Amino acid sequence: MKITKDQVEYVAHLARLEFDESEKEKFTSQLNDILMYMDILNRLDTAGVEPMSHATQLANAFREDRVLPSIGVEEAMKNAPDEARESFRVPKVIE
Amino acid sequence: MELCERTIHELLDMLDAGETTSTEITQSVFRRIDAVEGRIHSYITVLRESALESAAERDREIRQGVRKPLGGIPIALKDILCTKGIRTTCGSRILENFIPPYDATVVTKLQDAGAVFVGKTNMDEFAMGSSTETSYFGVTRNPWDLERTPGGSSGGSATAVAAGQCIASIGSDTGGSIRQPASLCGVVGMKPTYGRVSRFGLIAFASSLDQIGPFTRDVADCALMMNVIAGHDRRESTSVPREVPDYREFIGKDVRGWTVGIPKEYFIEGIDPETSSAVGEVIRTLEDLGMKTKEVSLPHTDYCVAVYYIIAPAEASSNLARYDGVRYGYRSGEGRDLLDMYKKTRSAGFGAEVKRRIMIGTYALSSGYYDAYYKKASQVRALLKRDFDEAFRECDVLLTPTTPTPAFRLGEKMDDPLQMYLSDIFTLSVNLAGIPGISIPCGFTGSGLPIGAQFLAGHFDEGKILQVASAYEKHANLEKRRPAL
Repeated sequence: MKITKDQVEYVAHLARLEFDESEKEKFTSQLNDILMYMDILNRLDTAGVEPMSHATQLANAFREDRVLPSIGVEEAMKNAPDEARESFRVPKVIE
Repeated sequence: MELCERTIHELLDMLDAGETTSTEITQSVFRRIDAVEGRIHSYITVLRESALESAAERDREIRQGVRKPLGGIPIALKDILCTKGIRTTCGSRILENFIPPYDATVVTKLQDAGAVFVGKTNMDEFAMGSSTETSYFGVTRNPWDLERTPGGSSGGSATAVAAGQCIASIGSDTGGSIRQPASLCGVVGMKPTYGRVSRFGLIAFASSLDQIGPFTRDVADCALMMNVIAGHDRRESTSVPREVPDYREFIGKDVRGWTVGIPKEYFIEGIDPETSSAVGEVIRTLEDLGMKTKEVSLPHTDYCVAVYYIIAPAEASSNLARYDGVRYGYRSGEGRDLLDMYKKTRSAGFGAEVKRRIMIGTYALSSGYYDAYYKKASQVRALLKRDFDEAFRECDVLLTPTTPTPAFRLGEKMDDPLQMYLSDIFTLSVNLAGIPGISIPCGFTGSGLPIGAQFLAGHFDEGKILQVASAYEKHANLEKRRPAL
């Protein structure tokens, strides 16, 4: 076993997802299959190989710090599920 | 031939000569949409009214002598590109009612070039899938056989071009999502070099792999689309500040003396025999054109699926953290508190494949597993890229099948995620290495399904790909078939 049902529950919490029992069973089995397949990578010795994070050779892309027009508060709030006084309203965070 | 079945360059010539109008072309496209959309389902949103208004405006310009690179041509956009004031869903319930406050850079560039937007095309949810079956808005069907998948994730963009529901379209390709559906639907699809086209306004899936590209009916049209969408963008820090050639110049040019590499790892057991023999014919055609063929090795090919399905979900799990029901998108009303609201929103808003990938990615990045998965995969990614660098020292371009089989049946791989992932085996490495690739039609199976061939080149060598693909297309002179709808 690569991953147990308990671990699936823990990872789901980290990812802010929740599943019912049958989904948990299914995900545990599917994630196991997928992670077992990933084991193929252990056949390769990668000691000393620099990990590649990007395909371009660009380092930091700097530009001048100039203020340019942006979308503004009204536009930015238009898709908010719950808006109040130019703020996003959410359920209570603490008791 | 109906106007909606013609190429961009034919229509631009006709518009220039006053033989047709953008309005007539756009009407022809909508007549076709009315006739076939119920069976194919290429679109999530159709923009009939605004398209006809835009076509009328383009006609006024053309009468005044204004000539734009895509002036008056009906184009479809994958529903992953933000369009100001037009719903953009990314195939997901979580963005079902999202109306972007800005346009993607590619959308602005197409608009400036005179394109008429026909609609937003269907796709796998968040571009995660190879069959357009994970869309919240229903499946898209392959015009060549309605029981089969068009491929994915840009399935709707491929079918819209194949079925005459637009003249050309835009898709995005993270692991093959342009090239694979292009192959399965018998059209041309290009994934440019990473950094060639701005990703600003492209809803992110895996940021180090995503790239926008065109679907067209021939290679010349691909060059016309690339001319419009390529280039640096100050708003996108991974877009590369590098001059863009006029890609039309590569069309019709000689390839005599070039070397085409045939990676032996791509002609494996399990590949469909008709696909293999069609690509064999491509090799003979290239030899007729005076190209030398050379067997090359990309020794780490066997590892690409494992590398990809660690890196892409890892990046996705991070990118999709933004969908929390606070600032935009769906929110579940059931949350007891903030944390519960996040969980209920995301669990109801995302479909099964997206959740599966978020889970894989979160696991691969979690404490204690990072080195074994993400770091290891990033190291093997470097080796995969090195394979290509080696190959391009000896070859101008590489040729492979685009997919191991022609279009598979709808539903066939939906319960077996790993089998679905393996259907991308010939396209994934290209995104990992960041190089450009094209899929072009190279024949049909006995049962009438399209087969695609993939040409690859080194970073920023899109011109070479267009040159060899157009030389092949002209010399092979394949039978011009259209899906019977």
